[in-house]
Amino acid sequence: MDHLSQVELPVVKPTAPPIDGPGPLNGIRVVELAHEFTAFAGRLLADGGADVILVEPPEGAAQRNHGPFAEDQPGPERSLSWWAENRSKRSVVADLATADGRQLVADLIASADVVLESTEAGYLADLGLDYDQTSATNADLIHVAITPFGRDGVGGTHDHTDLTILARGGPMWSNGYDDHELAPMRGRGNQGIRTACHFAVMSTLTALLARGRHGGQFVDVSMVAANNVTTEFASYGWLSAQETVQRQTGRHATPRPSEPTQVLCGDGRYLNTGVPPRTGKEFTALLQWLKDLGIDEEFELTALLEMGTEYESISLSMLAEDPLAGEVFGAGREALAFIAANVSAHEVFVGLQQRGIAAGVIWSPDEMMTDPHFQERGFPVEVYHEELGRSVLYPGAPIRFTGSPMRAPVAAPRLGAHTDQIRDELASK
Amino acid sequence: MKSEALSHIRICDFTGQLAGAGATRWLAAFGAEVIRIEDPIRHGRWDILRGSPPFKDERRGIEFGSGFQNHNVEKLGITLNLRTERGHELLEELVKISDVVSENFAAGVLERMGLGWDRLVELKPDIIYVSNCGFGQTGPYGTFKSWGPIAQAVSGVTHQSGLPGEPPAGWGFSHLDHTGGYYMAIAILMALVHKERTGEGQWVDMSCTEAGASLHGADLLDWSVNGRSMRAEGRPDSNRSTSPEMAPHGVYRCRGEDNWVAIAVRDDREWGELKAEMGGYADSAGLTDSRFDSLAGRMAAVDELDAKLTEWTRERNRFEVAAGLEARGVPASPVLRPAERIDGDIATSRWGLWPMVEHAAMGGVRVDGQPVHLSKTDWSIEEASPTLGQHNDYVYGKLLGLSEDEIADLKAQRVI
Repeated sequence: MDHLSQVELPVVKPTAPPIDGPGPLNGIRVVELAHEFTAFAGRLLADGGADVILVEPPEGAAQRNHGPFAEDQPGPERSLSWWAENRSKRSVVADLATADGRQLVADLIASADVVLESTEAGYLADLGLDYDQTSATNADLIHVAITPFGRDGVGGTHDHTDLTILARGGPMWSNGYDDHELAPMRGRGNQGIRTACHFAVMSTLTALLARGRHGGQFVDVSMVAANNVTTEFASYGWLSAQETVQRQTGRHATPRPSEPTQVLCGDGRYLNTGVPPRTGKEFTALLQWLKDLGIDEEFELTALLEMGTEYESISLSMLAEDPLAGEVFGAGREALAFIAANVSAHEVFVGLQQRGIAAGVIWSPDEMMTDPHFQERGFPVEVYHEELGRSVLYPGAPIRFTGSPMRAPVAAPRLGAHTDQIRDELASK
Repeated sequence: MKSEALSHIRICDFTGQLAGAGATRWLAAFGAEVIRIEDPIRHGRWDILRGSPPFKDERRGIEFGSGFQNHNVEKLGITLNLRTERGHELLEELVKISDVVSENFAAGVLERMGLGWDRLVELKPDIIYVSNCGFGQTGPYGTFKSWGPIAQAVSGVTHQSGLPGEPPAGWGFSHLDHTGGYYMAIAILMALVHKERTGEGQWVDMSCTEAGASLHGADLLDWSVNGRSMRAEGRPDSNRSTSPEMAPHGVYRCRGEDNWVAIAVRDDREWGELKAEMGGYADSAGLTDSRFDSLAGRMAAVDELDAKLTEWTRERNRFEVAAGLEARGVPASPVLRPAERIDGDIATSRWGLWPMVEHAAMGGVRVDGQPVHLSKTDWSIEEASPTLGQHNDYVYGKLLGLSEDEIADLKAQRVI
């Protein structure tokens, strides 16, 4: 792996908690009307051990057509989007245009703890499957709807995507570059949808914990609202101080411009520098590091760094009052950038952290998967795929339970793979 | 009315900042009794947000940090000096009557305070202990320092936002402090579900970088299945959409300063609607060319389409562009500023998304609400964040049964 440094890293503790359980939600049944807005919520519940049953139309869920595809060959069993977000679930085909299909779903919901859906208002009522109808026979049912503006749709229609939800909901205003000729950005990975799914999962679990005393209930999740409360001080800066943040390259959007925090490293990768060095200890460490690398004489501000070793800590108020402190502080930033330019991003990340200075290497997702820390913790896991005749790496469980470990992921279901099995289960009840 | 969803749950809470406090914020809004423990000697400054801007009315100090105030509504606050033996005893008494111990210190801190998992279980056999730190409690980076932007960087989230040929744009806020908090809340809630069903407590190791690493979806499998790295020319180009493929799909400049509209054309029908909305411009700009009729044709010409679409949007009002397209079923939205979505969007005001609380020092302040409504046990946010030690009398007196004299004595000895 050419992006990894050769620095020796001691293992802090031998083993991370495993991912091999039936999971804390083992035995909880979730019926999910397959939709790209609910998929990730269902996945997290499935990781937690719930029996998540996808209801798909005969032609398959729309998300099966989302690329990219395995080995670039399109097909409903080869969508990587589908694979990523529907792992560890089961699939049943039900044609809701037929009485048989509607009965099957009604029976499934009658047997379920949770329903997850993202349909337009009125759709389920027409099918006899709305919460008001299903809760009459299953009083303990928790029905969760994830929609752009909530079930009543106040403020907009159902026709939204990750991009437009992030624009309307606020995160996008904060993301982008110092140069405002460049557009505000969304991050990849449908994060606006994921944020809503996180709230759907929290709501589902909260309703499960309330169920013994209150019975089932309807949970209404607004995707736009979810993003509105996931913007940190863009929101509370306005709420409390009527300040408007402005986007900046690779760092927090702030009301007034702040110093850059991304440094280009010797291998062309970037590092997030966190809080710059400001204690005598940190200046001493930087100075020694420059010497160890044999580049201390090339660095022009070594004298200032040496002065820095005399400070206990440079505070914000000192920066305002003492010009020398400002120069020393600046030299610390320069030294960090100078070291970074001479080594790889991974090496400067590990080197800074080992010297007690917070920093983060900016990995691409695949580089993260090959990083020794994630590997040592057993985060990447192999999942066998029939379609490929081999196993491929997936991200493992996001939470490590020691007493009720999450499930190791298994491949997303083929269309209708469990239809017969589930019909049999329902018939035998 | 206070939510009763989690009113049977008590949390002994050491969390702070956003990655931790954000988790127990959810539990408190649903009625859990969350008891935040702060250090009286350092005036709770371990949580740097206590005294950090933004400030309401320019008033500064540990009771005026808006972030702290936002993240700790509906919680109780006590002070406890854990350097003292008596402080330790009191903490152990509190653990014995709690369902959950939560913290987001650096790895190993609670253990060094003598309250590792082994001790917690001795005190309360069915305790749930959830620790949340940047890299988890084990592994080569177990001792590394982290906060939102660092967790975002290492987990691959920062890299995934940006334009080709530019540095990473990342996220302009601590997306992984928010999201890490959500995962921590999920961890606590799942452990509570497990306990309700089995009677068993457990230790849960939450890592914000692993939460972040879970967010990549198809992009990660494109590497593990197809061998395609996200670090490649032309990537991530994150305003474009490749999963699913959509074109045009982007953020386009509109009339005025720094005004933008997001437009996503999902299929051929919507492309037709977009052209109809553009009227005569579509024809004059050559957008009626049949090569754009298919998704493949549009994906092959995204740069050209974006340029032509920008020509159309740049002299138009972003709200009008979005409204016109939304009426035709084409996903579109103006990029809203904080003031616009907080004070000017019916989608948040009618939801009740910005509840007002009365803070003992700051006065009336609006805070983030919750983006969900539960039909029977909905959230409630009525109480502001606690001032330092605000609930000492209640917790030490009512819950732990100490007399007024004993509490006065603890205060005098700076134990609380």
